Amino acid sequence: MIPGVSIYEILTITSILFFIGVYGFITRTNLISILISVELILNASVVNFVIINKYLFPEALQGVYFSIFIIAVAAAETALAVSIIINLYRQISSVEVKEIETMKY
Amino acid sequence: MNLSSFLLMRQEIALLLIILLLVIAEIFIPKRRKVSIVHLSVFLFGIHAIVGFFEIDESTLFGGMFRSNNLIHFFKNVLNIGVLILLLQSADWIEEKIVNQNKGSEFFILLFSSLLGIYFMISAGDFLMFYLGLELSTLPVTALAAYETMKRISSESGIKLILSSALASGVSLFGISMLYATTGSIYFSEIVQALTSTNLTLLGMVLLFAGISFKISLVPFHFWTADVYEGAPISIASYLSVISKGAAVFILMIILFTVLKPLAPIWENMIYTIAIATMFIGNLFALRQQNMKRFLAFSSIAQAGFILLGLIEGSQLGTATVVYFVLIYIFSNLAAFGVVQAISLQTGKERIKDYEGLYRTNPNLSLVLMLALFSLAGIPPVAGFFGKFFLFTAAASKGFFLLVFLAVVNVTISLYYYLLVVRAMFLRKGDNPIPFFRNKVYMRIGLVITVLGILLLGIYSPLYDYIYDLSSALN
Repeated sequence: MIPGVSIYEILTITSILFFIGVYGFITRTNLISILISVELILNASVVNFVIINKYLFPEALQGVYFSIFIIAVAAAETALAVSIIINLYRQISSVEVKEIETMKY
Repeated sequence: MNLSSFLLMRQEIALLLIILLLVIAEIFIPKRRKVSIVHLSVFLFGIHAIVGFFEIDESTLFGGMFRSNNLIHFFKNVLNIGVLILLLQSADWIEEKIVNQNKGSEFFILLFSSLLGIYFMISAGDFLMFYLGLELSTLPVTALAAYETMKRISSESGIKLILSSALASGVSLFGISMLYATTGSIYFSEIVQALTSTNLTLLGMVLLFAGISFKISLVPFHFWTADVYEGAPISIASYLSVISKGAAVFILMIILFTVLKPLAPIWENMIYTIAIATMFIGNLFALRQQNMKRFLAFSSIAQAGFILLGLIEGSQLGTATVVYFVLIYIFSNLAAFGVVQAISLQTGKERIKDYEGLYRTNPNLSLVLMLALFSLAGIPPVAGFFGKFFLFTAAASKGFFLLVFLAVVNVTISLYYYLLVVRAMFLRKGDNPIPFFRNKVYMRIGLVITVLGILLLGIYSPLYDYIYDLSSALN
């Protein structure tokens, strides 16, 4: 619990973080940037879980251990995505979204 | 809690043992005899699928995180049969193309890990287990979609799948955090008691629904589907469209019918709209496809729209019809993908145009594909008709007559494009038809099982009664 900061302010920040992530996912044209946007979304949920647990339901630790699992799984997800991006880079020497449109419509 | 209570997780433990055994086999089998790992995997999984039919208790483990009842157990068996058929159909492809790149056993390890994730996902009793199962079922499949590392489209489909599914899981996590904020728990049984219809709860529900909809590829979350199916290896495309989608439908049904039951009047409207959009967009886009895999992708989007007609009913009848339809859908779609895989393996051709004159050269394969497409379209003697009929009954029993009418319109549209393929096979004389070839034993067994399923499941009526009895466990 942070003195002087209420839950509303923190939840507002995480919501903004979430929507920045969604916006970035849609507008970025670089695969790595898209991956970073996804990480923003996941981290917004992590902060949400910790804050809600701490401020509203401090008697149990459900939110905190949920957030630990999210961080671990997000790391695995990023590793897999980066490895696929590297494999793609070997073939087309680019990580731009406009290069991966051989399949369309 | 003693050791014997772990018997509730018997299916999961058995599958985990198979995975570990394959890891050991990969180490000890010499390089020139790697083909035997294909036979070993099919054999072990066949035993696992048969042993799975023995009864299991109804209970919970780990303080309610893991639970099992007869319906969940039955659905796991259905998925087992689906994966077994899929293994039989893809065994030849792995023997010829994958083993000589020395990547044979990883394929099975990843595929079984994904199935393990699905097991945990559908027996989840809280959102943590649900999330972990969802991720464990998705991540190995993305690796498999990018499995043909020499092909550009395979990597493209892999990156599209992992980015979409990461976004989906992020969105659904944000939704779960909101449900946690309003109810103070992540356990299904505690959430349902504390759930009230506030704005924050509704936002959480919509975000969670959006996340699961990505897996089922409902409109407007369907954009990844066609690209991933086209680029991925065919067996992975069929895994995504059959096993993964069926399991996601099942867990969506559990969450809607048990956890979000108090919000039923609201999610009914949501499903109503999405069902109409999904059926129309899936069908209309399928009309203009030239590639067989993209064609089946849009057809599977449209089928997901039909499944929503059962979900909207919201009680025992809805559960029974959805499970029954998914069972039939597994057989029909696996038959269609199996034929596409057989032809692609022998000749490398995947366009609908290449199928012209197939009946003259390969009558058996074209008959199997015709039965599968008839079952997907819902033409009476085959099983697909009964599945669709029960779904429509479920929606009509709640008074959604307009929705049923629109669904029937969509069945007519879908009949047109399924018959386009049938016409290409039977009536057209192609300039350069696919030459005659004989399938290997595994593929033949796989296709025969699916054909038997398509022909018999619809007629054997005690099956539906059995599923209906099991469905009372959920409500």
